[in-house]
Amino acid sequence: MKRWLVLSPLALLALMIGFGACKSRVKPESNEILFWHWMTDRDKVFQELAQQYEQQTGVKVLVRLYAPVEAYSQNVSVGAQTNSLPDIYGILGDTKIKASFIKAGHVLRLDEALDADNGAWKKSFYKEALETSYFPPVNQFNVPQGIYGVPIDVMTIPMIYNKKLFSKAGLDPNKPPETWSQFIEAGKKLKESGVTGFVSGWAEGWLIYSMATDLAHNLMGADKVMDTFRGKVPYTDPQWVELLGAFDELKKAGFADNSMVSMLNKYAEQAFATEHSGITFNGSWSINVFEGMNPNLELGVFRVPALSNKFPRTVWGAAGSVFNVNAKSPNKEKAVAFLKWLTEPDQAKFMLGRTKNIPATKGLEKEFPAIINDFAGMMDKSIHPSRFPVSEEPKVIETFTKGIQAILIGEKTPAIVSREVQAAKEKSLKLNP
Amino acid sequence: MKVFWRGIFSSLTRFRASIVSNYLFVLPALIMFLTFNVYPFYKVFQMSFRDWNGIDPGGGTFIWLNNFKEALFYDSTWWESVRNAGTITLLALTLQNFLALVLAWIVDRGVRGAQFYRSVFFLPPILSGVVVGLVWNWIFRGEAGILNRCLTQIGLGGWTHAWFSDIRTALPALAVVHMWKGFGWAFIILLAGFQGIPRELYEAARVDGANEFSVFWRITVPLMVPVFTLVGVLTILGSMQLYDLVVVTTLGGPSGHTEVPMFTILRELTDNPRFGYASCLGVVFGFILVFVSIVQLQVAKRTKAE
Amino acid sequence: MIQVEKKMTFERITLSLRRILSSIACHGILATVAFTCLFPLVWMFSSALKTQRSVLTDMSLIPSHPQFVNFTKAWTEGNFGSYFLNSVIYTVGVVFGVLFIASLAAYAFARLQFPGKNLLYYMFLATIMIPVPGAVVAIYVLIMKLGLIDTRLGYILPQINGSFAVGLFILKPFFERIPIELEDAARIDGCGRMGIWWNVLIPLARPALAVVALFTAITVWNEFILAQLILQDQALMPLTKGLLTFWGGRLAQDHLMMAGATITVVPIIIAYVFLQKHIIAGATAGAVKG
Repeated sequence: MKRWLVLSPLALLALMIGFGACKSRVKPESNEILFWHWMTDRDKVFQELAQQYEQQTGVKVLVRLYAPVEAYSQNVSVGAQTNSLPDIYGILGDTKIKASFIKAGHVLRLDEALDADNGAWKKSFYKEALETSYFPPVNQFNVPQGIYGVPIDVMTIPMIYNKKLFSKAGLDPNKPPETWSQFIEAGKKLKESGVTGFVSGWAEGWLIYSMATDLAHNLMGADKVMDTFRGKVPYTDPQWVELLGAFDELKKAGFADNSMVSMLNKYAEQAFATEHSGITFNGSWSINVFEGMNPNLELGVFRVPALSNKFPRTVWGAAGSVFNVNAKSPNKEKAVAFLKWLTEPDQAKFMLGRTKNIPATKGLEKEFPAIINDFAGMMDKSIHPSRFPVSEEPKVIETFTKGIQAILIGEKTPAIVSREVQAAKEKSLKLNP
Repeated sequence: MKVFWRGIFSSLTRFRASIVSNYLFVLPALIMFLTFNVYPFYKVFQMSFRDWNGIDPGGGTFIWLNNFKEALFYDSTWWESVRNAGTITLLALTLQNFLALVLAWIVDRGVRGAQFYRSVFFLPPILSGVVVGLVWNWIFRGEAGILNRCLTQIGLGGWTHAWFSDIRTALPALAVVHMWKGFGWAFIILLAGFQGIPRELYEAARVDGANEFSVFWRITVPLMVPVFTLVGVLTILGSMQLYDLVVVTTLGGPSGHTEVPMFTILRELTDNPRFGYASCLGVVFGFILVFVSIVQLQVAKRTKAE
Repeated sequence: MIQVEKKMTFERITLSLRRILSSIACHGILATVAFTCLFPLVWMFSSALKTQRSVLTDMSLIPSHPQFVNFTKAWTEGNFGSYFLNSVIYTVGVVFGVLFIASLAAYAFARLQFPGKNLLYYMFLATIMIPVPGAVVAIYVLIMKLGLIDTRLGYILPQINGSFAVGLFILKPFFERIPIELEDAARIDGCGRMGIWWNVLIPLARPALAVVALFTAITVWNEFILAQLILQDQALMPLTKGLLTFWGGRLAQDHLMMAGATITVVPIIIAYVFLQKHIIAGATAGAVKG
């Protein structure tokens, strides 16, 4: 009896360690590739493709989904800290974070594989899609030049509108607004016809930021935007105030959904798909969601309307799901081979059919549904921070998007917000010179 | 002589052995305590002087007091989050605890169905914060929100509101949810306090001709001071550390008006990993909490002395 | 004489009238608050029985076509079955850990002598009162260094630590009240300290152990922050985190979310209905810990 009692703590401990079943993620070379991703909507397709791959080559690909996105990012950063990243994974986050992964030796440089056979693999991609993972010879993070990721598919985030609701409101369904004032007029007319004029999940800051960046490029041109990031142009510059003023105008016109700033994007998608709203700002991935919820929608797309005619209208995107290969993995060659297979036209076509995302692989344009064609057609006008020569500090971006939210709820004026953003910018310059 | 020494020695070892084996009983608790309380306490202080993104090997660089400088003087988001939690705490201290006091007093006087009410009031506190947040998120949501739909249905369409999107209502709405979940705690503790007061004291006062109000003021309140203090401290600690409700309702929005300290700390840790800075905010916040609790205890001590 | 009697009846009537009025007022307040406590839960349950569309439009409390299939869908497609199982595993694991550690320590603090006893006791108790919010960061780093991120053990251990002090606080006075003669009898029978702890104290302390177990179980069942930080693998998530994951998922499926929320709270409500006395005792003791 007594001996049993003394042993019981040990037994308990053993039991608990059994619970833990300490996963050792560092494995020797094997015929198994571990693949982490974050895309709920693409999980089934990845699983099916992995099965096909196993039948063809005998290499088993373990597809693991981590959702939501925050959980995935956290898991990846833990993986980096404990050297237990899988063979294939994607790094979400800005260029700075990608750079720190690369510098810590977690990411394989892929130039050799891409350039093999006269660069056949490299040439199979859209140029913009590959540039997302490219570090130029001289960059502010001191990362060795090269391409570090394989794009699977790409997205663009334009304005999407409901053609039937446009007709009902007396608007021409084939003539979407081109300028900001046309957009405001259209929104008001939609509101008069009984639906909200505009909805988007603007509780999520990145959606606001991408639209604002589009507007900035159109209003002042890429060079001036980059100079602002560099700290050479202040955010109190009249043109930045004018840009913020556009959001003030949107607020005052009163046609946008009034709970937009606390709305998650999927609820905005729901409102748009159920025809409660005429226009939304959303990415190409949402088409599959819209069709799932309401197959009778007739949709059109247009780029974020122009604030000026000096510079072209841009569209946020041509980046998307990029996968990296773990440089520390003993299976890295197999991992590269799998990614190569995954981006071959046959597999890309399979994914296109199932998820309606724009493939990063060229040559499937004929297979695109009409609406996807519209999204893809904007690719050459696209902008994305991963291709910017400089990147803005996250704190400044946060202040900026929060400021726009504050304008949209009528709390602050554009002038005040511009001063606050500039103050945040100066602080960040002082703290990270 | 030899026998004497041997006797001393053997009794000493026996004594030691029994003492050491007595420690065995607290050993598991002690190991837990050292691993999960002492070590993290030390670690969080150490990290708060460093700049580390959680990815760079080697734990980042030592940057003296820069984190504290940023937290104390530059980070307006942080201080807004502290202010928001402070507002919720004040509302909980006053409104929530007043309601709990009234309810506990009524139930203590013995109404019919007291048992039923007691059970129902303590239901929200034992529910998961995530569930409570999700359900209330549903109530306060924009067009599809239950509150707005109810208002429209009873002809008060003009009162509908984007509750979580308007700066005037977002924080109060969050506070309402928090108080809904929290008042049962205060209620149950206050009720236990009331029931601990000997009934004879009341009888004696009534025989002296005191009315209901003066009985409450002269007998109940002085005896309840320790309970009030306890409820106060628990309310402060609970409200300041609010987290789960925010994650499933407002996510800190609109424009950061409902951001609270725990939310800010964990965001620094996960979104844009800055382990050093998150630790530093944790230290600062810990000091704030300890300070506020001490003030509360001192105030209670002084009132008791009077 | 008659007048006096009349006056007295009049007074009696006004008195009883006042009593009735105040009782109506009291019940009015109590009933309103009780209604507000229950309504959101009733609404949650009723929404769980609607369809994806009617959940947004149907205002009835009892839907005309209750969709019980939502629960099976949430259980299988929404993964709530696996979350539920995980929650049970975590709860059982933590409760046993806490009971073991706290009762051993409570026995030592109540009966045995060793240097530094009081200091240790107050240090343990201080962990309940003194908040270290930043410690979440450090615990996260610690769990990471131990290689326990995304493991069941990594989620169970910090929670045992978080709850054993309250258990100790409830159990120690209980052990002290147990008459020492019972132990003497056991000692004569040849029991050592371990034997006394197991054969005498544990059986006698069953009511107190039940209180500790229930209180701990509710805390663990509702735990969220640690789950948020430590568990990212869907196969390991407990209900709270699972529910958040479902909410953060790609599609807006409020009816299934409400079904999941119902699945999350029903065990707690059932336990509460039957074991209310112990739960409230544990909760107040847990609160009065200071």
